[in-house]
Amino acid sequence: MTVSQLKFHTALLDPNQPVPEGLSDGQGQPAGSRFAVYRNNVASSLTEALEISFPVIQKLIGEENFKKVSSVLLRQHPPKVPMLSQYGDEMPGFLEGFKPLEHIGYLPDVARLEQALRVSYHAADSTPIDPAELQALTPEEMAAARFDFAPSTILQRSPWPIHGIWVFNTEDGASQPPKAAQSVLVLRPEFDPMPHLLAEPAAVAMAALMRGEALSDANDAALKEDPSFDLGQLLGLLLGHGAITRIFTGEPT
Amino acid sequence: MLDTSHKFPELPAAPGVGYKPQHFADILDNATPVEWLEIHAENYMGAGGRPLAQLRHLAERFAFSVHGVGLSIGGEMPLDEDHLARLKHLCDWLQPASFSEHLAWSTHDAHFLNDLLPLPYTDATLTRVANHIDQVQEVVGRQMLLENPSSYLAFEESTMEETEFLHQIAKRTGCGLLLDVNNIFVSATNLKLDPRAYVDAFPLHLVGEIHLGGHDEDEDDHGAPLLIDSHGREVADPVWTLLDYTLERSGPKPLLIEWDADVPDWPALSAEAMRATAALEKMPA
Repeated sequence: MTVSQLKFHTALLDPNQPVPEGLSDGQGQPAGSRFAVYRNNVASSLTEALEISFPVIQKLIGEENFKKVSSVLLRQHPPKVPMLSQYGDEMPGFLEGFKPLEHIGYLPDVARLEQALRVSYHAADSTPIDPAELQALTPEEMAAARFDFAPSTILQRSPWPIHGIWVFNTEDGASQPPKAAQSVLVLRPEFDPMPHLLAEPAAVAMAALMRGEALSDANDAALKEDPSFDLGQLLGLLLGHGAITRIFTGEPT
Repeated sequence: MLDTSHKFPELPAAPGVGYKPQHFADILDNATPVEWLEIHAENYMGAGGRPLAQLRHLAERFAFSVHGVGLSIGGEMPLDEDHLARLKHLCDWLQPASFSEHLAWSTHDAHFLNDLLPLPYTDATLTRVANHIDQVQEVVGRQMLLENPSSYLAFEESTMEETEFLHQIAKRTGCGLLLDVNNIFVSATNLKLDPRAYVDAFPLHLVGEIHLGGHDEDEDDHGAPLLIDSHGREVADPVWTLLDYTLERSGPKPLLIEWDADVPDWPALSAEAMRATAALEKMPA
């Protein structure tokens, strides 16, 4: 009896399937529960990978519930590539459609933030500009300036207080998250990505800059949101965390 | 590319450990008696950040072994060419002293199952695995070592012993072998074989590296011992004894301590490496 990998694979992921015939204990007895070693290895190692990637989700729903979520997710969406540091792309979308947890509306966006932190952690290294480069621009050049950002720079906008939830679940003594929409900018100065809270106008400006719009256009868009918007504060945050890697002062190509 | 290959053309016949990021500072401070490091290739395939930066530092001072855990060399489907390219990229960059993978499969139908799954030892498997290894060695551009698996069950369709299978593969492809002594002990216990007979039958002259790791103890449906290759504790005493038996026949080899789950602090890991040093030192000169 030939045991195909399709048969093996199907039985591995579905504990209700019988153990494929043709497998033994080496002494002529059917393999029986020995097959469960492989089933356990697959389920527990993939669950562990998800726990490492989504610690805040695990804290929010509890270890037992997280294991239940993982056990469904890993069977519906096994990893597509053999790199566990990339496993879990489906988690936010999966949580969106997962009935038992749909009453916790912010879970998918918190999962997206954890995903963003992980992507940032593994993103390519880059060399930030010297802040003096920006200061040396004429007012006209400054208005027309567009930027390249470090690949580890990720903006996430959410109708939920994702920054507050993340901080509340990762830092001792943090205050309760507010009931408000929040935008987060993930920045990685060297190796450790951190989420920074952006007020709405700053998020509008940052989104424009990341689309490649000129600094003056980004500033105008933010001022429409809030006439007291301070562009200098956003630029200070970006420069202070090495997020700007190149300035373009000519026309867009 | 890191310019380190001239420093470490091969792994020394000395203890190495599976590298864990939490040991970075300890290793740079004082790695004694560890002389080389092994990484799981798949953990270093990101574009940048701390994982690669740590390797840049460590590669200045240590020989490296790149140990793949996800290529699925025994898979029924064609090898994942994207993944093969990632392995080549990593090896071209790090210039490791050794590159190895497993006699196992882990991917089917674009699903990666993250476990080293078993193969029947038949002519058909032999041809498929040999073709895959030819492809790997051609793309990566270096010799590969193939590791013996730990087994929890056997295929009734198998027509040859694992030792014979591995020997045939090496003959056909020119690959070397990685002998995991704990895996021998685990498989022999689970399938009621004689571990020393396995060593006797193994083509030891082709072995480029030896692995040692801890296992857990369980039982099967009939109360027979079932050992699990967990890499989560110290190497068991009978495995050290089997190592002595192996080294007496193979001569000195690079010895790797694998401790991947419940990773201990550096002193506990280097104590295991000390035992490996002792095993090498008590060999007849």
